[in-house]
Amino acid sequence: MSGEARPTFAMYGAGSCGGCDIAVLNVHEKILEIGAAFEVVLWPVVMDAKYRDLEARPDSSIDLTLFSGGIRTDENADLARLLRRKTKLLVAFGSCAGEGCIPGLANLTPPAEILDTVYETVSTENPDHLRPGTQPNPGGPGQLAGFAAVLRTLDQVVDVDYFVPGCPPESPRIAEVLDLALAALRGGEDLPPRGAVLGAGESTVCDECARTRNVKQIAGFRRIQEIDHLDPTLCLLEQGIPCNGAATASGCGALCPTAGAQCVGCYGPVAGAIDGGARLMSAFASVAQARTAEEMDRILDGLVDPIGQFYRFGLAKSLLRASRSAWAAAGGEWGRR
Amino acid sequence: MSAGNGRPAGAAAAGVANEAGRPRIGVYVCHCGTNIAGTVDVAEVRRWAEERLADRGVVVARDYKFMCSSLGQELIEKDVAELGLDRVVVAACSPHMHEATFRGACARAGLNPYLCELVSIREQDSWVHTDGVAATAKARAILSGGVERVRHHEPLEPLRVHINPATLVVGGGIAGIQTALEIADAGFPVYLVEREPSIGGHMAQFDKTFPTLDCSACILTPRMYSAGSHPNVRLLTWSEVINVEGFVGSFKVTVLRKARYIDTDLCTGCGICQEKCPRKILDVVYEAGLGYRKGVYTPFPQAVPKYPVIDRANCTFFDNGKCKACEKFCPTGAIDFEQQDEIVTLEVGNIVLATGYELFDPRRIAQYGYGRLANVFTSLEFERLSNAAGPTQGRVVLRDGVTEPRTVGIIHCVGSRDRNFNNYCSAICCMQSLKFAHLVKEHTGATVYEFYIDMRTAAKAYDEFYQRVLEEGTIFVRGKVAEVTEVARTPEEEGKLVLQVEDTLIGRQRRIPVDMVILSCGLEPRHDTKKVAQLFGISCSADGWLIEKHPKLDPVATMEEGVFIAGCVSGPKDIPTSVAQGAAAAARVLGHIQQGELALEPIKAAVDPDVCSGCRICNGLCPFNAITFREDRMVSEVNPALCQGCGTCVAACPAGAMSGTCFSDEQILAQVEGLLLANLQGTAGREAVSA
Repeated sequence: MSGEARPTFAMYGAGSCGGCDIAVLNVHEKILEIGAAFEVVLWPVVMDAKYRDLEARPDSSIDLTLFSGGIRTDENADLARLLRRKTKLLVAFGSCAGEGCIPGLANLTPPAEILDTVYETVSTENPDHLRPGTQPNPGGPGQLAGFAAVLRTLDQVVDVDYFVPGCPPESPRIAEVLDLALAALRGGEDLPPRGAVLGAGESTVCDECARTRNVKQIAGFRRIQEIDHLDPTLCLLEQGIPCNGAATASGCGALCPTAGAQCVGCYGPVAGAIDGGARLMSAFASVAQARTAEEMDRILDGLVDPIGQFYRFGLAKSLLRASRSAWAAAGGEWGRR
Repeated sequence: MSAGNGRPAGAAAAGVANEAGRPRIGVYVCHCGTNIAGTVDVAEVRRWAEERLADRGVVVARDYKFMCSSLGQELIEKDVAELGLDRVVVAACSPHMHEATFRGACARAGLNPYLCELVSIREQDSWVHTDGVAATAKARAILSGGVERVRHHEPLEPLRVHINPATLVVGGGIAGIQTALEIADAGFPVYLVEREPSIGGHMAQFDKTFPTLDCSACILTPRMYSAGSHPNVRLLTWSEVINVEGFVGSFKVTVLRKARYIDTDLCTGCGICQEKCPRKILDVVYEAGLGYRKGVYTPFPQAVPKYPVIDRANCTFFDNGKCKACEKFCPTGAIDFEQQDEIVTLEVGNIVLATGYELFDPRRIAQYGYGRLANVFTSLEFERLSNAAGPTQGRVVLRDGVTEPRTVGIIHCVGSRDRNFNNYCSAICCMQSLKFAHLVKEHTGATVYEFYIDMRTAAKAYDEFYQRVLEEGTIFVRGKVAEVTEVARTPEEEGKLVLQVEDTLIGRQRRIPVDMVILSCGLEPRHDTKKVAQLFGISCSADGWLIEKHPKLDPVATMEEGVFIAGCVSGPKDIPTSVAQGAAAAARVLGHIQQGELALEPIKAAVDPDVCSGCRICNGLCPFNAITFREDRMVSEVNPALCQGCGTCVAACPAGAMSGTCFSDEQILAQVEGLLLANLQGTAGREAVSA
């Protein structure tokens, strides 16, 4: 770093699919601006780097880290703590880091069962019975990272400065967030209070959805493939499609409902909502047109996968967090509240 | 972009709305005599609060025999003043009972009343448990929840609304008439809306009233006349309310005035039109199907107003354009076939619903044979038969119109106290049946049997009347009639109606042949009561009657501020009770009017328009019609004067845009944490909350 020091930037993916990295690269020509504006010190998807180099850096010497992925292994947790120490602005980037996302659904299953499925079923060739936490190379270096009992979100492990939701976050929102961060790092703009959500609207997906809506009354739920003729202009929920848009933070531009598919809730609940899934359940139940318990049962039977419906993205961050058996495997301890 | 999602799930924010940083909370535990202290160790709860909740801001904890007494309230007032309390938690009875009491005590001491929280350790604890140790632990938990909650309370100011002194009374039966007259006599304007052409209601159909046997018309018509001529009453008969908007103090009511086809400025009520009208129609309303009326008619001679109506559906002119006999003969030219229905908008401050009841339809009990066996009559038919102004001029005769019955059977509880129909007791049937027995004897001297389940004559002079009917020789058979049949088994039964009944007092099946059967039919909610409830924003019970705010302590109010109920609309009642309720509703309305302005509870829902996405999930849920959707801004809005703070919309809002004052997520979660923490005993949990 010489003369005019550029702000330093890191991006790291823990328990994630890598889609968040791709989303950042997908900001089109903006990526050139980012490359010019930041000095990239760690970004495994883009360039080679060693953990030991990261460890050698002075604390708080990285200006901005986008951390994607949930915390499932020892390695994830170590890197989360390390990056926290080295970073000024640590951002939980994407749904996995923020609320657990799809990998968080593994919290429904106790870890032993997950490992048995992955390492010991007939389709797996694993003669040495290697598992996370074991030494693959006896006498040699290296050890497979240990597998935690449950997946935790980033803020359940370390302090997080900001959250950027989405699975993945939409490119225009990423560009806005990076612009804001740059402006702030250059002293030009104040950041919102710590803990805030960046890159999402204040309202919900319905706010960005152009479909017409009426007073809601739901007589039953149907899956989208069960409907022959979907009204292209009417609210999906009113057509019996369990659309999560009403409980999901805006920011995506209502991409899915606009394309005729229900919102699955990847932008997470509106800022301040304690449990988005519970909110949505309560909303659906409120407008279900049932006069008897049997009618209500029939309507609810239309929701074939309740956890997938209400907690596809937010299970690890919800009030539920995990199934009882997974919770027991974690010793009933969640760590940071 | 906004803050908040980074908040740890489940943990209530630790910040407490108190400038000084630390709240100063007073805790008051009530013994309620032995109601609470008999089960809960009250002194132990107080001691525990003092010690263990000190770090949560509790600076004083007291227990007292009756916190609601003036001495108990003074304790609170004194502590607020001397110890500088800024929050108060009272552990006593349900907020329904004494929330207002303790809020009042705080207000007198200069503390905003909404900084006081009442937690129930009576209804929710001592009354429902017998294990004292467990109940005491529960009381600690409930109290701890209250303390955690009150830390998040904020001062609130009531909403003030102006009260329009005009009142709408819906229903012109005796209850509605009474309400209208009481308010009008106090000097305030009343609109009295009645669906039929005349006010009077069911009472106008009766001959005699129990137990005094006064002539019903003689005591009713003066009231009807007063209501019709009172300078402060505007009668809107042949009219129906079709829409209600607004809230207490300023309701806007839309009334449909059906065309009468009579120019009331010209009509003198002479009755010539009725005489000359060639069209005869079976009168199923006033004459209960026993008599006829004309196409142009007043239901009865003493009708108020005196003007007739032309029944468009049963008028030869409206059928085929011919006739006009009424027009030809009307001496004042008052017939006006061109008249149109009219929509009237009324602005009123309060509304009283007195829409009454309907008779149970005994066709639903096929084995009693009504509609199939000619000489089975309903109670209302008998009222008309025995009425001197009725279709038979008061002669009690069989369906043939000439034969007097020599034996009469009266069946009680028809459609009432019957799991197949209505579980409730219709309250008036025993007395009306006794009245019928007396009238049958008086008119015909016939032998009368009464078939009853239980005799219920519990009001002033009612049981004396029962004794009198007993002495008159009426035969009482205790048992529910199984069947009324005309199939004879013995020569004596030939040509008779036979009542098959188990006489439970002698333990035998009996068959009793009679000439006439009177079914003492129960009372049912009017078929459109649900619609009426919806229109006025109130609710019906499972039976279909309108629900009172409190069945004992607030029987004429409803959950909708400014909408009152009187008479049979809330359940079966006799005439004295209906009149008393009419007067009571009037007193409540006059109370509002006299205040001129009303302070409404500030516990309301509100929408954050920035967060609301206009998804419209809440729109159909509000039981008080307080939510409107603003198409222009694509957001939903709550009218604070209509909102009763029930929280239905708050729970339903998927965006969290809707919040309820005094029931915020923060307050409720803090209360839940408090409940749980009290059971942790250790301090670990405590730290978690304050973390």
